[in-house]
Amino acid sequence: MSDANDRIAELIRSNDIVLFMKGTALFPQCGFSARAISILDHLGAKYETVDVLQDQEVRQGIKAFSDWPTIPQLYVKGEFVGGSDIMMEMFESGELQELVGTTTAG
Amino acid sequence: MPMAASEIERLIRESIPDAEVTIRDLRGDGDHYAARVVSASFAGLPRVRQHQKVYAALGGRMGGELHALQLETAARGEDK
Repeated sequence: MSDANDRIAELIRSNDIVLFMKGTALFPQCGFSARAISILDHLGAKYETVDVLQDQEVRQGIKAFSDWPTIPQLYVKGEFVGGSDIMMEMFESGELQELVGTTTAG
Repeated sequence: MPMAASEIERLIRESIPDAEVTIRDLRGDGDHYAARVVSASFAGLPRVRQHQKVYAALGGRMGGELHALQLETAARGEDK
């Protein structure tokens, strides 16, 4: 419908793992986004990030798109996984490793 | 404007009547909470849906009036 929705859909479609976050992987601007990044890095996952602070349309749009009120938001292979709490729970149970298709070995 | 823990609990119970709600004020500032919500109504739902039910119970407050709520959900009776 809107331009922001199209852009969000395209970002999710064209990246296997994409994290909508505040700031960048190198300089997260919020503790929850920082936690999400450290989980992905720990898994050795290859991911894209979208800094919602640089794009107000995406910042508001992603909340409606996912029906989720907060940032960060993780998408894997086109599916909404959740925010940093769910990422942490899934990391601790081993489900996230399985989902992103990497191992923590080595 | 911070929100009282009792208000968070009330809102969750209002829309998920059987919910067991445990809330911790992480910094004692009325603004950073952790909540654990256990309900039979979560059975069979993926985590994302369970959390969405809690966020729906909080209306539009999450991410606005309520700045930070670490959320953990579980279905009662499911050993997982």
